[in-house]
Amino acid sequence: MALLEIEGLNRAFGGLQAVSNVGFSVSAGMIKGIIGPNGAGKTTLFNLISGLTAPQSGSIVFDNKPIHGLPPHEIAGRGIIRTFQNIKLFAKMTVLENVMIGVHRNSQAGFFSGLFNTPRCWPEEIRIRRKALDMLDFLSVAHLAGCDASGLAFGQQRHVELARALAAQPRLLLLDEPAAGLNMRETEQLGIVIGKIRDLGITVLLVEHDMSLVMNVSDEINVLCFGRMIAEGKPREIQKNPEVIKVYLGDDHA
Amino acid sequence: MSLKRYLPIITLSVLVVAVQVAVSLTGQAFYLTQLTMAAYYTVVAVGLCMLMGYAGQISLGHAGFFAIGGYTSAALTTADFSNASHGWLGHALIKTGCMAAAEDLYGAHLVRLNPWVACLAAITATVIIAYCIGLPVLRLKGHYLAMATLGFGSIISKIVVGTKVFGGADGISGVPPFTITATFGVCGEMQYRIPNYYFAWAVVICAALLMHNLVNSRVGRALRAIHGNEEAARAMGIDTARYKLNVFVLSAVFAALSGIFLTHYNGGIGPSEASIMKSVRYVAIVAVGGMANLWGAIAAGAGLNFLSLRGYFGSYDEAVFGLILTATMLFAPQGLLVKPEWLAGITAFFRSSARGRGNGAS
Repeated sequence: MALLEIEGLNRAFGGLQAVSNVGFSVSAGMIKGIIGPNGAGKTTLFNLISGLTAPQSGSIVFDNKPIHGLPPHEIAGRGIIRTFQNIKLFAKMTVLENVMIGVHRNSQAGFFSGLFNTPRCWPEEIRIRRKALDMLDFLSVAHLAGCDASGLAFGQQRHVELARALAAQPRLLLLDEPAAGLNMRETEQLGIVIGKIRDLGITVLLVEHDMSLVMNVSDEINVLCFGRMIAEGKPREIQKNPEVIKVYLGDDHA
Repeated sequence: MSLKRYLPIITLSVLVVAVQVAVSLTGQAFYLTQLTMAAYYTVVAVGLCMLMGYAGQISLGHAGFFAIGGYTSAALTTADFSNASHGWLGHALIKTGCMAAAEDLYGAHLVRLNPWVACLAAITATVIIAYCIGLPVLRLKGHYLAMATLGFGSIISKIVVGTKVFGGADGISGVPPFTITATFGVCGEMQYRIPNYYFAWAVVICAALLMHNLVNSRVGRALRAIHGNEEAARAMGIDTARYKLNVFVLSAVFAALSGIFLTHYNGGIGPSEASIMKSVRYVAIVAVGGMANLWGAIAAGAGLNFLSLRGYFGSYDEAVFGLILTATMLFAPQGLLVKPEWLAGITAFFRSSARGRGNGAS
């Protein structure tokens, strides 16, 4: 049984069918790439999986349990963690605090222990801090820990957002165009990081425009076009698929 | 955990003592009355600072919660429970000290509720009302939330004016002292002026301590994350609706507590305490303090309320708070009592030039 199973997923906005009868599965431990031209419905698909948008029909099954219709925080609670195409860091918080939020789902302290700073929550606080620092270290941005998150360079913000997601110890990591806005060298480094993430045992679902990155790191690729899934296969097969070439380059090249 | 973390609290405590000693030595102990009242109003600002500054949820109805606390406690402690004191339940309540015999101004015998019981009832009422209001209203954001809470505030202010138990336009007077110990109660009597001053500021310090702890905890981080980016907070597993509701109720309880104590201190409460302008005043204080700045809110709360209570703003009292709010939004949206940009610039300049010199020498 695959870790994530999606079947017959539909979502329309007004007259626009953003995601139309999409179905695929992601096995544990793999890196699955999702590509498609602008407006293909990739981000909508991510919003559906992470619960920020509710599907109109279809099912999303994670670890043999249906998750469609659950609120985002419960989906995150089950281990599906995402990043955003237009990085969403918490303003007015330090880099370290941003990443500490990642540990939220794996910690307990509530309002009472927060108000009274009960000794019971001290070890947890230390654990949260250590985990966050580890993740910053993993992404080589530990030196930024004390900086204000909104004041960072774009590439650094990407790393911090990734560290925040990893601090949540995801079982499935959704990366929404992580290479957007990065230069070639940074993109190359990102490819290495994604490989390292897979080595941690985390399953990755990757939406990306940068073809070299997707083709390099993905084990399998799905192609979306106008909300429909038009192809699925290994990177090599996708590169040769006439349907895909038609979508990207036009009829003449097919 | 470390001493440094609690340095602001210690500073505030020292300041409270210093002010008392200073005004008493200079023979101006009458200031303590307004300083005590200002302290209670500051508790509202502390709670609102948590809600607005840290969690990013505005409320223009906090005078409503202040009034719910004050009026509930006032109504319950001034009511005569003689009729209810006969049955077994009445006897049990008197035995346990929940009710006690008393005399009114004209010497008539009556049975009154213990202020602690009234306080508990007032807090319970506040929690229930805050939950019922917060549950639907906190789904709104920005202007919409401001307007909805404004509506709540105006409902409460009209209810207290229009309801007979709450004394209509006259409010409730003759509220008995809130007995804390056998020899001390929260009341406006001269001989208790100094202990009352210390009690009020102890309440502020406790409130500040709780908020200070919360801000630096897991929950506080989650609240600030909601402020920073709600969608990302949800995607990271934070139950934003629950957190917002909890902090709303918490800040409402702070406002109610402040209302309860101030009502007993003043010996009464009037409908002006529930007015929209009072809510605006609390928001103005938090804004001047710098929104997400607990210490700024306390300084602004104590300072501005003291000036207002001493009558420095004359008949333009409410206009002054309106002006303060407008001017803060226009010229210092970050607040007046946070480290200003220009000051940060100067410090940075001196730091970098000092480093430059250091490099030159090496």
